Amino acid sequence: MAIPKDLYYTREHEWARLEGDRVTVGITDYAQEQLGDIVYVELPVEGDRLKAGEAFGVIESVKAVSDLYAPISGEVLEVNQELLDHPEWVNQDPYGKAWMLVVSLDDRSELDALLDARGYEEMLAEEKA
Amino acid sequence: MSERPDLCSEASSGLLFREPLIFEMGAEGRTAVQVSPEEVEGWRELLPPGYVRESLPLPELTEPEVVRHYTRLSQWNFCVDSGFYPLGSCTMKYSPKVNDLVASLEGFTGIHPYQPLQWIQGALCVIYELEEMLAEITGMDAVTLQPAAGAQGELTGMLIVKAYHEHRGEKRRKVLIPDSAHGTNPASCALCGFEVIQVPSDTRGLLAPEALETRMTPEVAALMLTNPNTLGLFEEDILELTRIVHDKGGLVYCDGANLNALGGVARLGDMGVDLVHMNLHKTFSTPHGGGGPGAGPLGVKAHLAPFLPAPRVEKGPNGFALREDYPLSIGRVKAFYGHFAVLVRAYTYLLSNGPQGIREATETAVLNANYLRVRLRDVYHLPYDRICKHECVFTDRNQAPKGIRTLDIAKRLMDYGFHPPTIYFPLIVKGALMVEPTETETKETLDRFIEAMKRIAQEEPEVVRSAPHTTFLARLDEVSAARRPVLVAPTP
Amino acid sequence: MSYIPNRHRIQQEMLEAIGVSSVEDLFKDIPESVRLKGPLNLPGPFPEWELVRRMEDLAGRNRPATRLLSFLGAGCYNHHVPAALLHLIQRSEFYTAYTPYQPEVSQGTLQAIFEFQTYVARLTGMEVANASLYDGASSLAEAVLMAQRIRKGRSRVILPTTVHPEYRQVVRTLVGPLRLEILEPPETATLEADWEVLKDLLDSKVSCVVIQNPNFFGTIEDLDGIRDLAQRAREVEALFIVLIVEPLSLGILLPPGEYGADVVAAEGQSFGIPMSFGGPHLGLFATRSAFVRQMPGRLVGQTRDARGNLGYVLTLATREQHIRRERATSNICTNQSLCALAAAVYLSMAGRTGLQRLAALNVNRTRQAMDALDGIEGFHIVQRRCFNEFVARPPVPPSLLNQRLMERGILGGLDLSRFDSRWEGLWLLCCTEKTSLEDIQTLRKSIEEIVDV
Repeated sequence: MAIPKDLYYTREHEWARLEGDRVTVGITDYAQEQLGDIVYVELPVEGDRLKAGEAFGVIESVKAVSDLYAPISGEVLEVNQELLDHPEWVNQDPYGKAWMLVVSLDDRSELDALLDARGYEEMLAEEKA
Repeated sequence: MSERPDLCSEASSGLLFREPLIFEMGAEGRTAVQVSPEEVEGWRELLPPGYVRESLPLPELTEPEVVRHYTRLSQWNFCVDSGFYPLGSCTMKYSPKVNDLVASLEGFTGIHPYQPLQWIQGALCVIYELEEMLAEITGMDAVTLQPAAGAQGELTGMLIVKAYHEHRGEKRRKVLIPDSAHGTNPASCALCGFEVIQVPSDTRGLLAPEALETRMTPEVAALMLTNPNTLGLFEEDILELTRIVHDKGGLVYCDGANLNALGGVARLGDMGVDLVHMNLHKTFSTPHGGGGPGAGPLGVKAHLAPFLPAPRVEKGPNGFALREDYPLSIGRVKAFYGHFAVLVRAYTYLLSNGPQGIREATETAVLNANYLRVRLRDVYHLPYDRICKHECVFTDRNQAPKGIRTLDIAKRLMDYGFHPPTIYFPLIVKGALMVEPTETETKETLDRFIEAMKRIAQEEPEVVRSAPHTTFLARLDEVSAARRPVLVAPTP
Repeated sequence: MSYIPNRHRIQQEMLEAIGVSSVEDLFKDIPESVRLKGPLNLPGPFPEWELVRRMEDLAGRNRPATRLLSFLGAGCYNHHVPAALLHLIQRSEFYTAYTPYQPEVSQGTLQAIFEFQTYVARLTGMEVANASLYDGASSLAEAVLMAQRIRKGRSRVILPTTVHPEYRQVVRTLVGPLRLEILEPPETATLEADWEVLKDLLDSKVSCVVIQNPNFFGTIEDLDGIRDLAQRAREVEALFIVLIVEPLSLGILLPPGEYGADVVAAEGQSFGIPMSFGGPHLGLFATRSAFVRQMPGRLVGQTRDARGNLGYVLTLATREQHIRRERATSNICTNQSLCALAAAVYLSMAGRTGLQRLAALNVNRTRQAMDALDGIEGFHIVQRRCFNEFVARPPVPPSLLNQRLMERGILGGLDLSRFDSRWEGLWLLCCTEKTSLEDIQTLRKSIEEIVDV
């Protein structure tokens, strides 16, 4: 199960990739495995404002629904429109094709609240126990 | 997507036919309804131009074609009349045929809801007396038969809870619901604008007074519980629980889906419950119809009666009447008076059982469930191993190491001639398999079910995981159905 | 009781297997103080022959409209229910089946409902339809709730009095918790929707505007008025909801999908479902594909099984209560499956030719009745552009007319003052394919006699 080293992670299984002032967001390999075959993703629109820790969207498998939580606060700069037509990408390529949003980073200090790859790995090990 | 079978198709097995969509059948000019062209002459001139539709893409079939199509479709269905449905929380008991016979009397089917009172006295009597009988069974003071289904009965109940508190000038925004509750409970609350606070079940699988006490505040409008709960267990602390809620001015709502465990033995109204909805298509034997229609009457205590939906049937010296003026009523939840044809069936069921029959049904339902419980507990993990009520919950924990999950067991049961039990509910039990035999199943059937369940636990995992094998269709791709929904046949 | 098989010796065997000595032991967890000591105060039991006799007595205390000359409509219609339809829906496999959660053993119900969804979509001219809701009124309420979900933050609903009064009551009750402003502009003097007023009320505070067509008074609403309204609704991005209470009208009238409807809510009782004193009936719901995930109720979708065969399943269940719980699109659990099946059978039997002819016959009979009554001195027909219901203003109070007609065994039209005192003197009559020319003559003669006296 993949946990790329260069990403930040949340306790709710979102990942965040920092590129300058922009943060790309998606869900982890572990998350897509747990959810099963994804059938639908509901995302915000460009211009929406997100708050760290609050739900920004919904992800659905056949029998379950989960909220998606914002890792950081900021403005939605880009939304992966193609993902809406290809929810299966979340299962196939959660860190690549299945990126969900690009958000502007308002407050760098919020990154401190996120986990790094190691921290996420440890968290998963704890959950399993 | 469409497929027509070949004339000599291997696709039919025995006498079960592959049947195309009705839209692919028929031929121009056919119909099963006789209206002569002369009778409809000139109609076009009666309507202004532009108002008439140009295309009506419906099939054209004769009566024999229609009958054959639906007869063949019906043969693909499992049903109570063909076999056992151990579906927990659904109470799949036998639907007596005399109820249907009686409900189809023209004196019941042919009445229009707006007929003058003198000509609907029989109908009003059915409604009035059924309300009384259901009140007697549940220990309530007044009953409305207006709600169309259990979920609507719940909604009606929660609207009444809201109206009651508002009438008393109190702002109570919260409702307490156990984590084992059926999904309609929080959904109904949300529709009323309540905030749902979940109460965790304890290790007994029950609601503990302490857990309730800490959460019960003057902001809480009601506790919404199910008793027996969705694990099939009676809430032993019920008297204490209702007292805690009442002490802080709240109301107790009970989801009556599990009434088959109490009828004639105990009454929810005696336990401190203020409102309870019933499911006539569960406890009271009205047919399930493939998913409705049912009916969801709501019973309430006297202090809530003024809020019930209007109109209500009144009995006077000159007969029955419909009274509209209830100033505190929450209004209407349904046009007309409710699912009358379903009410007639429930009424008939009650008359044929009498008080003894109701009690015997309850006792036997609970007997049957406990019998299944003890005969299967050595094979399937039973998270709450003690006397249950009308249903019990197993899990797939013992079978999981072999890679067999609840879903697989459910699908494999079909090969043995049984409908699967309720699966993955309640949510608080991982891999739940909820079994409710009801009182109308014979011991022989129960023994065959037990045997099937035992065999499945011993089978090759691959056989179970790829089940069902003998049904008309194998497992269906629900993922594609949800990703790219096709909800209608393509228009020609 | 004959339905309970495990008694006496068998019961004993089972009790032994369980490890208790009596049935009472199974209820020990119920507090002693609430365990019933004696039998409930209920009538019965009665053996089947007596049961039938009692129920026949009760049924006999009703005089059903189907056995009388009846001109009652107003949301519940006396249409013919074909014998083959009754036969088919009484098949055990449809009647006693459960909700099709296990598709492998429920393909009968699932394909039948898929066909039903298709029928509803085609009839209404919309892209998708659901597996049914309880009735037309709750369908309308669900449409309003859906509009609120889609146009979050808007606080007004336009629900004119041309919509059935009981339906408006149901909407007010079910939508009440949202604390919306529900505006109910009155009908015009000619019993039509007041287009100017409706358009004026449409602004960005409004989530949806509803019209009923044909409306409560039987009027077929003016197409130009409808199209203007639809246009205005589009401009302010409010949803345009069309309610159809007499769906037989769709056999000949332009469907709402062709005049700009975003949602169609309807009552399907006219399609082979007996009146049964008001229920169970059938809620129809259709909308645009874009709104599919906001739709309430069950949905059947087409798919394939593991062997590649075409099949049907309940789908998009994640909108529903058992998954979304408090965030569900609705709390609805059962639909009206057997009634939906009846409607599908009805439409299959009528087909394109039959449905059009039935609708046309309703129009013809109604026109003949209008002409007959118009010929009576003092009678005024308020609006003639109708499908199968119309309003007359008799020279005597409708209640008096109805009373005298009752004495002759005739169910007259509906006295509309029962709903609203503004409608004093208005009499709503309905003619269907079951109304013969002789029936119309009988009505005319009877009224003439009554009015003359």
